[in-house]
Amino acid sequence: MPITYTSNEQVEVYRFSIPVAIGVPLLALFLQAFVPLRYPRFAVYVDLPLLVTIFFAMARRSPIAGLFTGAIIGLAQDMLGHNPIGIYGIAKTVVGYGASSLGVKLDVENAGARFLVTLGFYLVHSAVYFTVARGMVNSTQGWSWLHGILAGLVNAFIGVFLYFLLDRFKQRT
Amino acid sequence: MESVLGRYRNLIVLVLVLFAQLLGLAVQVKRGNSNEGQDTRLIRIWAVGALSPFERGVVWIQNSSRNVWHNYFYLRGVRAENRQLKEQIEQMRLEQVRLTEDAAQARRLQNLLGFKEQFIAKTVAAQVIGSSGSDLSRIVYIDKGENSGIKRDMAVMTADGIVGKVLLVYPSESQVLLISDQSSGVGAILDKSRLQGVLRGTPNGEVTLERVMSDEQVQPGETVLTSGGDQIFPKGLPIGSVTKVAPGKDLFLNIKIRPAADLSKLEEVLVLVEKQERQAVADVHERVRAADILAQRLPSVPDKPAVDPNAPASTAGSTSATKPASVAGTVNGKPATNTNAAAKPNTGIATQSVAKKIAPAGQQASGTSAVNAAVKPKPMNSSSTQTNSAQVQGGPAIVEEKPAAPSVTPKPQTPAQDNSPQ
Repeated sequence: MPITYTSNEQVEVYRFSIPVAIGVPLLALFLQAFVPLRYPRFAVYVDLPLLVTIFFAMARRSPIAGLFTGAIIGLAQDMLGHNPIGIYGIAKTVVGYGASSLGVKLDVENAGARFLVTLGFYLVHSAVYFTVARGMVNSTQGWSWLHGILAGLVNAFIGVFLYFLLDRFKQRT
Repeated sequence: MESVLGRYRNLIVLVLVLFAQLLGLAVQVKRGNSNEGQDTRLIRIWAVGALSPFERGVVWIQNSSRNVWHNYFYLRGVRAENRQLKEQIEQMRLEQVRLTEDAAQARRLQNLLGFKEQFIAKTVAAQVIGSSGSDLSRIVYIDKGENSGIKRDMAVMTADGIVGKVLLVYPSESQVLLISDQSSGVGAILDKSRLQGVLRGTPNGEVTLERVMSDEQVQPGETVLTSGGDQIFPKGLPIGSVTKVAPGKDLFLNIKIRPAADLSKLEEVLVLVEKQERQAVADVHERVRAADILAQRLPSVPDKPAVDPNAPASTAGSTSATKPASVAGTVNGKPATNTNAAAKPNTGIATQSVAKKIAPAGQQASGTSAVNAAVKPKPMNSSSTQTNSAQVQGGPAIVEEKPAAPSVTPKPQTPAQDNSPQ
């Protein structure tokens, strides 16, 4: 499971066509909203918008682009719920920034690295969400390590396959 | 200075973006829940508007393909199911009569006490097209909005029980807060013990009944209904049943409820768009009895000319049994009277035989009870006479075609046997 350091010169920076950059997050949001109607557990264990955020942030390797990607996707996800807008936005902003910063320093092209990175960022995302929800919105949501790790593993597993699928849309700069 | 900004540019942007979001969040929280979602209505409309066409499209494709499959290809067992459903309808009609009696009695009592009650006046059926996609926000989207007359805080339910209330209304969609969400609250009452409480959702999606004192006795399995105290759900709608009772904190019981409606697999829901509050009025309509309903479903007993009790026994006894023409006589417009049917057991048997012959398979099961009902004396009233005569006019052709039931054998009967009341 090689996670290798790369110099800035070695790092490949990718970009995406506008339809992909808009369509993929929209599709992720759509599936996140629609699939739980048939499979309620999907919403408990899978966060497709988070996976898309991590993928775009890592591929673009620009912290500013990453944090804005996360913020936009997170805010859109907030708008679909009834909680105040900004909880997912803040969590995904942090994840987008972190993933793109990590993408600059690490080779995140292989499956093992992607698995670990996704697991780690899922936990970061949950922690930030939990903190903001408890601290600002007065949510009674409890923290569960078991659920966090289990859901993180599920997301990491799905993420590995999803990233390989989305790799096809990458364009070299 | 420039070099510092350049060096920490990414971090500064991150802090600014986070600060802006925190500020926005704080403003929304400070405004409170009184205008829940109203201050962010416009941007929520954008998000919902961007996704709902896809959701509608997928739901439409899904429903169309399912309909094609179920309506044109997968018809195995439909006949048997149809027969079962017909039998079920018969049973339910009988049950309905009993319940109508109870309801009429309740209304009379309520009228005496000057009660006002709420009635469901109008509902709008809607399709569930989406969810929030988060287990922390238990809401669903339905495909009806302002354009269909839906407003905020309207009750949403299924045939099984309540689902939630309308939280936000958009032109063509609405957001429904499920009863399993932790921010929802519904006034509830336990069916048997009549204890009142507040139904709330938990963060993990369960539903609990709060504010029931720990010294009360609540049994698992007890039904929970809406109490009407929240001014959203009319009183008496099913919520679910008690699954677990445990001591809670602050002298209250911790009662878990299993919702009657399957909240995890909602497809179609009803939105209660109009409620009527009126004083209960005692039902002035004439009572309809189970026997009347069954009498409508079966051909009536042939009308019989009046029998002279002083006439010789052989003549009187053979009147109904030996003359199929009397059946035809009924057909020819004479109003059927229930006294004949009620008074003559042999005639009742004949009716049963004929009924078994002519009734569809689904109705045969009720043949015996129909006869039981028919032989039971009942008061005569104009409405039942009219109904029966109408039925006779509608269905006698079948009777004419099969006039002689095997059980009706022409044998002499004594007038005493014929006229003995049952």
